[in-house]
Amino acid sequence: MASFKPTKVQFLPKLGEKVTEETLYWKNYKSPVQIKEFGAITKIDFSPLPPHNYAVTASTRIHIYGPHSQEPIRSFTRFRDTAYGGSFRGDGKLLVAGSEEGLIRLFDISGRVALRQFAGHSKAVHVTSFLSDGFRVVSGSDDLSCRVWDVPSAVELSSLTEHTDYVRALAPSKLNPDLFVTGSYDHTVKVFDMRSGSSVMTMQHGHPVECVLLYPSEALLVSTGGRYVKVWDLLKGGQELVSLKNHHKTVTCACLSSVGNKLLTGSLDRHIKVYNSSYKVVHNFDCDASILSMAIAPDDEALAVGMTNGVLSVRHRRHQKDKETLTSRRRRGPSYQVFVKGKNFVPRQDDFLVSKPVKQYLRKYDKQLKSFEVSKALDTALQTWTRTSKPDVTVAVIIELNRRGTLKNALAGRNEESLTKILNFLLKHIFDPRFSRPLLMVGDIVLDLYQQVFHESPVVERLLQRLMEVLGREAELQQELLQVLGILDTLFASLTPRKEVMAHAAPPVAQESQLQAA
Amino acid sequence: MVEESDVRVVRFGGSKINLRPPIISTDSRFVLCTSGDSVKVYSTRTEEWLHSLQGHTNQVTGIALNPANHLQVYSCSADGTVKLWDFIDGILIKTFIIGYPLFAIYVSEKHEGIVFLHIAMDTDSKKEGFQLVAVHLPKSAEQEVEAKELSAVSSHISPNPSCTAFGREGQYIAFARNLQLNVYFFRKQKTYSFSLKATDKKGAKNAFTCIACHPTDDCIATGHEDGKIRLWRNFIHKKEYTYSTQHWHHNAVNTLCFTPEGTNLLSGGIESVLVQWQYGTGNRKEFLPRLGGSILHVSASSDGQLFCTSHSDNKITVIESSFKVCGVIQGLVKGDAVLTDLMIDPRSKALVLNGKPGHLQFYSLLRDKHLYNLDIVQQEYIYEAGLDQFEVVKAAFDIKGYWLATVEERGQKSADLEFFLKLWSYDERTQSFVLNTTITAAHTDRIISMCFSSSEETTMLVTIAEDGQFKAWCQGVDADTKQDQNFWSCDFVGSYHNLKPTNCSFSADSSLLAVSFQEVITIWSPDTWELLTTLCQPPGVIRDLCFGRLSCSKYLISTTTRNLLCCWNLLTCALEWSTSVEVSKLQSDPLSENVAAFSYQSKHTDLFVFKPNEPRPLFTHKNVCSEKIHRAVFVPREEPLNNCDESSQWLNRSQLYFLTQNMDLLTFSTATEEDRMLSSSTRLVIDDSVAVTPFYLLLGKHRQQQQKLNTPSHQAADRPQQPQGSVTITELLHTPAHVLPPASVLCSMFVSSLLISNTGVLQDPLRKEMESSEQEMNSEKEEEDSEGEMEACDSQQELRVQGSVDEVTPKLSKAQERELKRVRKTDFSWMAGLIASKP
Repeated sequence: MASFKPTKVQFLPKLGEKVTEETLYWKNYKSPVQIKEFGAITKIDFSPLPPHNYAVTASTRIHIYGPHSQEPIRSFTRFRDTAYGGSFRGDGKLLVAGSEEGLIRLFDISGRVALRQFAGHSKAVHVTSFLSDGFRVVSGSDDLSCRVWDVPSAVELSSLTEHTDYVRALAPSKLNPDLFVTGSYDHTVKVFDMRSGSSVMTMQHGHPVECVLLYPSEALLVSTGGRYVKVWDLLKGGQELVSLKNHHKTVTCACLSSVGNKLLTGSLDRHIKVYNSSYKVVHNFDCDASILSMAIAPDDEALAVGMTNGVLSVRHRRHQKDKETLTSRRRRGPSYQVFVKGKNFVPRQDDFLVSKPVKQYLRKYDKQLKSFEVSKALDTALQTWTRTSKPDVTVAVIIELNRRGTLKNALAGRNEESLTKILNFLLKHIFDPRFSRPLLMVGDIVLDLYQQVFHESPVVERLLQRLMEVLGREAELQQELLQVLGILDTLFASLTPRKEVMAHAAPPVAQESQLQAA
Repeated sequence: MVEESDVRVVRFGGSKINLRPPIISTDSRFVLCTSGDSVKVYSTRTEEWLHSLQGHTNQVTGIALNPANHLQVYSCSADGTVKLWDFIDGILIKTFIIGYPLFAIYVSEKHEGIVFLHIAMDTDSKKEGFQLVAVHLPKSAEQEVEAKELSAVSSHISPNPSCTAFGREGQYIAFARNLQLNVYFFRKQKTYSFSLKATDKKGAKNAFTCIACHPTDDCIATGHEDGKIRLWRNFIHKKEYTYSTQHWHHNAVNTLCFTPEGTNLLSGGIESVLVQWQYGTGNRKEFLPRLGGSILHVSASSDGQLFCTSHSDNKITVIESSFKVCGVIQGLVKGDAVLTDLMIDPRSKALVLNGKPGHLQFYSLLRDKHLYNLDIVQQEYIYEAGLDQFEVVKAAFDIKGYWLATVEERGQKSADLEFFLKLWSYDERTQSFVLNTTITAAHTDRIISMCFSSSEETTMLVTIAEDGQFKAWCQGVDADTKQDQNFWSCDFVGSYHNLKPTNCSFSADSSLLAVSFQEVITIWSPDTWELLTTLCQPPGVIRDLCFGRLSCSKYLISTTTRNLLCCWNLLTCALEWSTSVEVSKLQSDPLSENVAAFSYQSKHTDLFVFKPNEPRPLFTHKNVCSEKIHRAVFVPREEPLNNCDESSQWLNRSQLYFLTQNMDLLTFSTATEEDRMLSSSTRLVIDDSVAVTPFYLLLGKHRQQQQKLNTPSHQAADRPQQPQGSVTITELLHTPAHVLPPASVLCSMFVSSLLISNTGVLQDPLRKEMESSEQEMNSEKEEEDSEGEMEACDSQQELRVQGSVDEVTPKLSKAQERELKRVRKTDFSWMAGLIASKP
């Protein structure tokens, strides 16, 4: 006597996105925490010191948030006009920020009032930063100059006016306290050396530069501007290594993840792209608004994104132990020992083994199918959880019912509620090429069965109306696709050299078969 | 043309064992069933085939235990004879010649010496009329007896033999036909008939399908076409009969059977569920589901401890009374048609074809035994009439037997065809095939054919489908995902002017792929997927393609629907030769250059075997069978024969099996092979009446060796004999106790056997006495012979002697022995005198 063979749930791979290690890594963030600021967020900077607080510059204030706090733990509000470019010193104790009026202010993290003010810029200062020795501040301004200030004496050490347009990007070298990189709207990226007091390298980006970024090794330089992200090799004298065009609007910010030095770029098109080491996009984050600023915490613990609508969205990394606590909180079942009890007993050589038949565990719908309760089996398969999270199980049961020739029986005699369930399921999945074939059949049978009684229920009627609309749209789409395919076929035919036989290349035909299956 | 000399067509094993209900012997040790033109005996415990009772010349249509002797069985056959067998030893006791084709046999304890038979009413008229006749079997000592005493019990009975049954203690016989139930009472010599309406308002179908009578109660159970079971009572009075209805089966009830005590009623149908109804308690029942194919017959052993069901998938299941399956006897499964070709598993050399629904079966040709079923579809099979389910339609092995490709299909009749292409890899650990890849939409239309490349290094599968494309599948081509590539994906898609492909084949070294599109053969290079050349010889669509092997690998042979057999030379790309032959099946031998072609002309099939390099056939066999042959396969032999005869040389390396449309598996055998088979079969007949299990064979061999050791000792008559080696003692011990002469006679014999035999006069009287007693014994034997049992014993001994003749040491027959004794006894003293006088 053979045992009951359970329904086989077919595993059909989803078309499109492929799951790689990278995507798994980047998907492992919790859903973002949204914090509303007063204006567009222009700069986010993480403190290099452990709790890794971060400074968010928006409108006329700079807020400092703790790693998990929703409320600012400190805020600097003594700006008369819009503040720009708040960034930490290497020891995380001082903070420097520029402002619309041209003043540069220096704050102590624990204080409120500015420790120093550097005056000298005639126009707004959009970018400020400490040099790596910690005693000098460099700033870039809309008055086309970059200036270096001495912190203890609050005097201007030098002024560099090589740019011909606004300076909007700045990156100090971490290895050499005398080097920094600036990017400007004059389409150039310049490397300045304070020892010579002038630029030592100039690179043509080709678009107004929004952001520059140095790799930790400082052999590579990233500049963003326009729709382009360019990577320059500084050791080869500023040769362009690669030019990426993955965004369809201006790329406003870039940062490097601390694990594996992956490049992340954010753009006005509301996307953050993650590149791997060979500069292929491996992951994509979507945001609600255009992205102006972005920063990632050390060890990729959190990703903070600032947007034009003043929303700061912070994604925290999900940890294994979070999950554990979650499950342990849910319910403490019997311990492992209970299940293992007696199972790990190894019989001795002269023991007489009496084998017990292994009980076959069946899913609920399988049990019902086994006893030929087809309507109940379909109900089980259409339960909310199964229907939403495992549509393939539902479809497998439908296919099995059809194979048994009892699909019609199972669908017949339903009330409005369960019919709505079925129709909703159809609406959601009827275009999934994996499921469309059995679901179209279900649709046909439902129409046949309930033709006379549809008008009695407005809910069902509305759903049917929607189904019809959607089907019509899909049919049009299919036709268009077939037309495109025809065009492609003619193109391919004209491309192949004239020969007796036409041998298709594999991909277009495979596509065709998929489409027809759909 | 070589005429057939010693090659002949032999029906190979694996015939139907489910035609008639199997019988369990009284001691529950054997199961007997009809199988083709023999009766097969199986052991219930080991499920092994013990031996078969051969002797009928046509299909055996019924068997029944002899009610007078539980060690004997009657069998009837379409050749018009009833034979009585001793089934334990496999000896034919008697043959009764009836003269009409017989279709079923019934016996009853009450009617001793009478068998009831189904015979066709009128062989000429087209209407299927059957008659139930009682035949009085004449008692006579002869082997072949003509039984002429026929008396009709009833005419116009159902052709289905399960529609007739004996009632309580053989007092009446009940038979049903269509909508009428008839009960014939032997004492009153009257027939009562009860009829039902064809249908009622609820759409019942009331036609009778089977019948069973309660062994101790006056109750008849009938099964109906709509699955109802009716229990009829009180039918002794024609008007006052009653019946109760029970309904569980949803399709026709195929069989009914009461247990010997009458406590339970067993029923079975298409659902493949054995249902046990408790008699008298209304609706209490037990189920045993999923037994296999639909149940055709159920029978119970006489002690009620074992049940036996036979199934439509050529299977007999032995079931304990506690409703546990304890044994399965599986014959070669033959579905409605063999959709897959006949194939040979390169590893086990087993014949592979589709058998049980959704399974591939592996059948060992050497042992004529079903090995195992491979579940291809992996879905619950629903036993319901008219349901369209997945069937395995195509299968192919790669050359090493590491990969198996299968195609399963559903919905051949309806518009929406569903099919899957599956690839299975061989798992060394479990010694079976494991699913590797399932391809859901391999083509947009039905797959016509597929083949694996024959090279050892790379495995490639080519499928051709009705959508006009052929696709090549390779293992692990998909470079996008970095995972361990062990599954199959599409490598190339090709087509030719949108024509429908008909066949595909790889050359012996896999350097060429031939795909035929209607009338055109295209030759492709599998390495570059370049179209190398096209070959065309109209008219007629290409039906079969095959490349030559070994020295003939430059040839490609094709057959067309318009009676043309073409042989192309691939080096010159020209037609080498062609003949006009209607070829239904072309099959090449993988181990030699030979190609076999079955040609169907004027209602019979001929076989031609030829080498592609010459248009002259090596071997011709006219009139192989009367049907068209579409399936054939060459099976490599375990050890090649060395026939020098030209006509049978082609069978040296491998054997040709083919399947007719009637699902008979036939083969060609040569004379030498038959000799070998014969000798092996005689070796199988072993003295004792113990069941021949493999274990027993082992022991038996051991015993034979012992005998061999013993025989020389009593050859040397002069030496003092060991008592256990003496002929007399073995004879004493071997003859059944009830046929032995009285102990007083034996005593002297025994004592004499212990004496050291010296030459001469002294022993003479003793010897004489012994001889006389022996003769007495013989005469006694002849007197006692009436039962026929002695005969069995005798012939058995004879057989034993025959068996030992084969062995090297000559064992003397009884007559020879007697002769020897006589020579020894004669007085040669006058010789001494002669010698003395001479000088």
